[in-house]
Amino acid sequence: MVTGHGRIEHVVRVWLPVGFFLVVALFPFYWMAITSIKPNAELYNKNVMPLIVHAPTLKHYVDLLTKSSFLLWTWNTMLVAVVATAISLILGTMLAYPLARMRFAGASLIAMTIAAIYLVPQPLLFIPLADVINHLHLGNTLTSVILTYPTMLVPFCAWLLLGYFKTVPKELEEAARIDGASRLQTMRMIFLPLCTPGFISAGIFAFTLSQNEFLYALIFLTKSSVRTVPVGVIAELIRGDVFYWGQLMAGALLGSIPVALIYSFFVEHYVAGLTAGSVKA
Amino acid sequence: MIANAARRRAPLAVLLDRQSVFAWLMMALPLAFLAALVGYPFFYGILLSLQDRPVAHVGTFIGLKNFQTDLHDPIFWQVAINTFVYTGVATALKMVGGLCLALAMNQHFRMKNLVRALLLLPFIVPTVLSTVAWLWMLDPAFSVVNRLLVALGWPKPGPSWLGDPTLAMVSIIIINTWRGLPFYGITLLAGLQTVPPELYEAAAIDGAGGWHRFRLITLPLLRPIILIVTLFSVIFTFADFQLVYVLTHGGPQNATQLFATYAFDIAMGAGQLGLGASVALAMLPALALLIVALTIYLRRD
Repeated sequence: MVTGHGRIEHVVRVWLPVGFFLVVALFPFYWMAITSIKPNAELYNKNVMPLIVHAPTLKHYVDLLTKSSFLLWTWNTMLVAVVATAISLILGTMLAYPLARMRFAGASLIAMTIAAIYLVPQPLLFIPLADVINHLHLGNTLTSVILTYPTMLVPFCAWLLLGYFKTVPKELEEAARIDGASRLQTMRMIFLPLCTPGFISAGIFAFTLSQNEFLYALIFLTKSSVRTVPVGVIAELIRGDVFYWGQLMAGALLGSIPVALIYSFFVEHYVAGLTAGSVKA
Repeated sequence: MIANAARRRAPLAVLLDRQSVFAWLMMALPLAFLAALVGYPFFYGILLSLQDRPVAHVGTFIGLKNFQTDLHDPIFWQVAINTFVYTGVATALKMVGGLCLALAMNQHFRMKNLVRALLLLPFIVPTVLSTVAWLWMLDPAFSVVNRLLVALGWPKPGPSWLGDPTLAMVSIIIINTWRGLPFYGITLLAGLQTVPPELYEAAAIDGAGGWHRFRLITLPLLRPIILIVTLFSVIFTFADFQLVYVLTHGGPQNATQLFATYAFDIAMGAGQLGLGASVALAMLPALALLIVALTIYLRRD
């Protein structure tokens, strides 16, 4: 039984604060979206009410896709994110499985080192890494970022998977061992297939982090043809004149969509991964 | 029986069956990778900071001269103050705001999962792209924020968000808070949901009011999560680069210059790799303290 009074109280207690947070969180995306479909005449006219679109147009999208290398940047970003994520999941598993299941001297030291490496922010390493990449003649190749993104993603995946692996019961593996399976067979055939949810969580995180990366891509990729979306947008779509905001917002919106889509399919896995570390500890 | 089975296998298989052998073989490749691309650059960075090393030239060892230059550089000190102000204020706002968000979300209402998914969007969308939207929202000529303020009676033309040194710092703090607050909120919400309802019921029976229940039950139970989330966030706010690079490039007059952007300017802009490395390494004492604290804390689990 919700009385009239109860309903008002519900609105004040729930929807007033939640609504406030929603408006603040989403307004920049709303602004991005409507800017991208406004004609320039509307964008740069201060006498038009700015919060709605009066004469929508797709011109900015057409310009973005035909006059800039945006599609190429999108392809580069996807390629780098997928390969870096795959590498990080594989290497992360190779670290996490022994740490979760084996007893050996040095295990806790390795686990601590991995946690510490995960927490080392990129600005501490980018100058020496730039020199290393130059020496390897990898400047302006996608290999440069495919190699360097996993430096943050491997420790991250290892840490997240380690937490997940510990929650998987050992009985099946023990049974397989008694039946004579080797350790590698047990891991590959019995254990890993049980860990799909963990891999999805770690994979989404690694993928979004790759899409988000900016500093290494900014330094290592200076030719338009190898750029990723964030660097391309910043380096090439922001120009001296003022009349570029429509195209810029179209680029920002399109560049956000892959991450937002994947996230919307796996939001529960994402939240589970986000909270796993902090809640368990 | 297991021993019999083992004896029948080849010696190599027996060796591989030992836990320590299997573990180290399995970890060798990822550990070598991390040693090459994290460990080596880390120590190479320390070496660079001790060199006069213009880009594309051979470095010469100059001891601690770069650090001396930093200490006599007024901008360096401003950068240090900026970074601490930025980290401190943004962290406080995210912590308090995140707690409010978590408490607001920890009620029963319809479409809660959808709301939670939408609230996390600022955190998952690539930072550079959402920051460009903020750049446009704070544009000197066409800022929508200012047009709303003016419509509400603020004198024209409204604040110069990124042009005034103090307001520029306020702006980057607000935008960092906008992006990071959902991470606090959703993580703390998960923590709130683990608080057994019986505790609140018992406290209510004992006559404890809302504020007392929050202070005596909620906060103590949330303390470990708040600590971890905050340490995480402080590390990455302290070393922030993207947001400032896109919004202000450290300006006006270095008012928003942080360690990371200043190191970038010196190393990549002016081509002084050695001096730039020394500025980046100036973050190390604070970061090392935070990282060690968090690593030790995580280990207790």
